[in-house]
Amino acid sequence: MQTEKRDTRPSPPRRRRHWHWTKRANPVAGLGAVVWLAIVVIPIYAMLSASLTSQDKALTGNPLTPPTSPTLDNYNTVLNSGFGHLLANTAIVAVAVVAIVLGLSVPLAYVAVRTRDRWSGLAFRLFLLGVAIPAQAVVVPLYLLIAKLDLYDSLLAVILPTAAFAMPVSVLVLVGTLRDVSEELYEAMALDGASPQRMLFQLAIPMAKGGISTVVIYAALQAWNGFLFPLIFTQSDEPRVLTLGLFNYVSQFGVNIPALLASVVLSGVPIFAVYLVARRALVGGLMGVGGK
Amino acid sequence: MSAPTPTKAPVGSPVGERGGPELPRGPRKRSGAATAGRPHAVWALPGVLFFAFFAVVPMGLAFYLSFTSWDGLGDPTPVGLDNWRKLINDDRMVQSLWLTVLLTAASWVFQTVIALLLGVWAAGRQRNRAVLSAIFFVPFLLSSTAIALLFYALLDPNFGIIQQNILGSSSGAFLAIVFVGGWQFIPFHTLIYQGGARQIPEVLYQAAAIDGAGRYRQFFSITLPQLRHTVTTSTVLMVVGSLTYFETVLILTKGGPGTDTAILPYLMYEAGFKSYDFGYASAIASFLVLVATGLSLILVRLTGFGGMRSTREGM
Repeated sequence: MQTEKRDTRPSPPRRRRHWHWTKRANPVAGLGAVVWLAIVVIPIYAMLSASLTSQDKALTGNPLTPPTSPTLDNYNTVLNSGFGHLLANTAIVAVAVVAIVLGLSVPLAYVAVRTRDRWSGLAFRLFLLGVAIPAQAVVVPLYLLIAKLDLYDSLLAVILPTAAFAMPVSVLVLVGTLRDVSEELYEAMALDGASPQRMLFQLAIPMAKGGISTVVIYAALQAWNGFLFPLIFTQSDEPRVLTLGLFNYVSQFGVNIPALLASVVLSGVPIFAVYLVARRALVGGLMGVGGK
Repeated sequence: MSAPTPTKAPVGSPVGERGGPELPRGPRKRSGAATAGRPHAVWALPGVLFFAFFAVVPMGLAFYLSFTSWDGLGDPTPVGLDNWRKLINDDRMVQSLWLTVLLTAASWVFQTVIALLLGVWAAGRQRNRAVLSAIFFVPFLLSSTAIALLFYALLDPNFGIIQQNILGSSSGAFLAIVFVGGWQFIPFHTLIYQGGARQIPEVLYQAAAIDGAGRYRQFFSITLPQLRHTVTTSTVLMVVGSLTYFETVLILTKGGPGTDTAILPYLMYEAGFKSYDFGYASAIASFLVLVATGLSLILVRLTGFGGMRSTREGM
């Protein structure tokens, strides 16, 4: 239908402006997208449906048929086994990681862009290479360091390394944003006698809002996703975060797969709520990880 | 600016590294004005020290520990090259390295092909595309642990979606890990490609259409070449990500059946935190760093990811 329209009459220039992205339907790609939709939706549907099924029924029925007598028992089981505490710990870790990463990488990126001496160049290169350091590679010595610092089995043992490993990408993103702030603006402020601090707070940071929100989202996501550091640096219930708690449910719930799936659903609820409320900000911020 | 500038200094000339018009001013005066408002490099120090303490120093320590024998309790005892000799002669290592490379390659192909196509498709501003894109993104909201647990449950043969024990066969387990990784990360890479595709100047497509290029011709002659920087970024993130798959393997297969999905990070975890052989674990970890650094250096070099130039330069 749309193709016909395009072929039969030469569109005037005004209509042509967004012609490529708005006008053409692509049935082949559309079909592919529907296939991918099924791949995305079926596991989620099976998870939701099974989490509403009682344990004995789950083993006999097919998870793809809707539950006949839905029950919230599984959710009660999960909520009564310390889920709130896990969530609170993850929230603390996320906030702390974001604060540390922002506090350290904003000045760093600012220096890397604004100060052209050898040291700032070296600092930038350190983080460029740092992108390649896998967290797995350092857990053994970090375990030693954490123990020596007397931080083992505390939230700080999760927060500090998580923040450190979120820094390289954050610095790269911020440098990418800050280098687009035009030199003339800095010069204008310099003529007014502004200090570097004032330029940072009144020019660089306001101009780099996009990059900063990317870093906030990225760092929070690292904290939210983190599994290895909590697994190795914590042990007791007190500092346990959500990911590790979910992992422990495997042995705790055993064959009670519906309860396990209910815990997976619950773990997704907070961030899904954020997604519903602030989808634009979240998606836009994440796009920034891949460059603007 | 007395320090010798590195050949590829992060930032080019004092005025507008993006090649903006240079105002006709005396160099002395300009450098004076330019240094006045510049922060001292010391500002970078806290961040550098923090990162060095928690990432760079431990990396050095891992290298040191790889020459020792240590069970996590007493003091590490130096044992020379023993761990590295063991590493070279360990059959599981050869298998594991091969698996890690294979997993990285398979994940790259799977994720890049689908994310690129979906991303370009989602860049269109049709309403249905926007709605589907919003749904496509949902898996990325779950943590990797949650996703691994979801598929651990769904692939359980007793549970019933698939009545076969997929995780019981080597190839099935391997493909399951590739699939689960893709299920989680394709939404993210789709987003990156969507952003990249939207930045392609419209005028290129108009010109191509006037020249009579069809949809597929346009995809291969305009979209793909224009997305090369996006491909690079996405590839670097994918490669570093796949090298470090851990919770997926731990939860889905525990490296099994046998050791058929025991990729390097998992092998390191087992050696260290299951067998308490921290010396050997450190040797594996150092080896992993070498592989990861080598790969990213190659990628950075090949693609100029580290350059401070705008991706739109020359357009």
